Amino acid sequence: MSVASLPSREIHAQLEAVTRVFPAAPGAGAQPPVHALGPVDLDLRKGEFFAVVGPSGCGKSTFLEVLAGLQKPTAGTVTFEGKVVNGEVADGIGVVFQEDASFPWLTVWDNAAFGLRRNGVAAAEIRRRVDDTLAFMGLKDFARAYPSQLSGGMRQRVCIARTLVLQPRLILLDEPFGALDAQTRLLMGDEVLRLWRRTGASVLLITHALDEAAMLADRVGAMSARPGRFIEVIDTGWPRERDSTIVGEAAFGEITARLWERLRGESLKALGHAGADSMAAE
Amino acid sequence: MTRVGLIRLAVIVGAIGALELACRIGLIKHQIIIPPSEMASALWTLLASGSVNADIERTLGIIVLVIALSIVLGFAAGIAIHALPRVRAALDPFFATYYAVPVFIFYPVLIAIFGLSVMPIVLIGVATAIVAMIIATLNGLDRVPRVLTKVARVHRLSRIKTAVTLQLPAAAPYLFTGVKLSVSYGFIAVIAAEFILSPAGLGRDIADAYADFNNRRMYALILFLLIVATLVNAALHALDMRFAARRSGGRP
Repeated sequence: MSVASLPSREIHAQLEAVTRVFPAAPGAGAQPPVHALGPVDLDLRKGEFFAVVGPSGCGKSTFLEVLAGLQKPTAGTVTFEGKVVNGEVADGIGVVFQEDASFPWLTVWDNAAFGLRRNGVAAAEIRRRVDDTLAFMGLKDFARAYPSQLSGGMRQRVCIARTLVLQPRLILLDEPFGALDAQTRLLMGDEVLRLWRRTGASVLLITHALDEAAMLADRVGAMSARPGRFIEVIDTGWPRERDSTIVGEAAFGEITARLWERLRGESLKALGHAGADSMAAE
Repeated sequence: MTRVGLIRLAVIVGAIGALELACRIGLIKHQIIIPPSEMASALWTLLASGSVNADIERTLGIIVLVIALSIVLGFAAGIAIHALPRVRAALDPFFATYYAVPVFIFYPVLIAIFGLSVMPIVLIGVATAIVAMIIATLNGLDRVPRVLTKVARVHRLSRIKTAVTLQLPAAAPYLFTGVKLSVSYGFIAVIAAEFILSPAGLGRDIADAYADFNNRRMYALILFLLIVATLVNAALHALDMRFAARRSGGRP
């Protein structure tokens, strides 16, 4: 890997001692407060691809939403490009969710143009950016189709296109391929790598799939069972020019094995398995 | 025309033909029901004479007013109630049992307050139709996927822009159900209110014709209302199908 292709060391987003506690629900039979996240510290470098893996319910999505500004941290500080993020999505952040968030009443083209129109961008510029993004995402021939005419993978591409046209500098992906089959996920992974290289944006991917994280990311953060904390951050060392064929490399297997080694005990804990620590140590 | 459309048409033509035949051969007495062809001819004569134009204008005007008020106010009330969960919790039992209460029992009260004017008819109409729109709005807003609210926040939309550009279109199929119900209830309530106690209007006209044993006039007016209600509902159905086809990618 050439030095020039290394992600910049400049910190793009930062979390310092961030925690998120959901308060107790009021009323009779109230649930106690839920400590969902943290304390978490992370320096996300400019232009890097960072993946977060962890057991179900460990707070991965909460982590993403706090970083995005969709939730306020209970304690700690989140900054993006040096400015504090506190419960409001900052300009330059784009989010793609796991659920199908395409708008069924709009065509693919209008879905992609949604954010630009809301921002009052000139019509000619909207046309240029939307056409360009749809071509890049392989949706050009479906511009006039409605989301219901597309497969799940293509609908997710529409949501990614809607995010990309806004030219975000930080793209947050919350398990965007969770509902897709394994082959489609691999291909979508290639597309995400392609858009990451083209846009130069920093990407943070939340996923439950260790292989996906190992294949896509420069660094993978392994999160503990709830409350989620980073128990290890693994540097994959992949070159920037990579695709899904790296799953055949020995290093890929080593990274995936290392992640599972770190997460097995945490996954057992998350399942409420007695003696999770000793089982994990076996 | 589709196969289903042909079957539908055949059912209607068959029913009208059977009624015509039953009336013509004396199975149904002329004093009870006149043949459909006579109803049509009587309606044509009535419309050509222009003698019912004022009543048609009045009744359809009131119906349009009732439907418009019910849709606009019901939608606004639905949005407001949806935004206030405690108010919603308090009102939900009333909505659930609302149509078990015959609203018409208040008609004499309204006449005592407002006199024999248009007002009691409008109020009865709105009271009958508005709750369907409120319930449909609540239902629609309940079904807006939560992820759309997050998308709105990512796009930094204001609450009003979120409601107009995302929640409203997402809830549209349910809102349209409310519109269709409001139209039906509006029609029923206005005609029934005119029928019971009103100085004018098509409902009054039908009641008078009934009291005078004037079957030709009565059935002509009934046919007119049937045609208008069917056309309005067919138009709404067509619009609904068009929206549904867009959402389902052209699939029925």
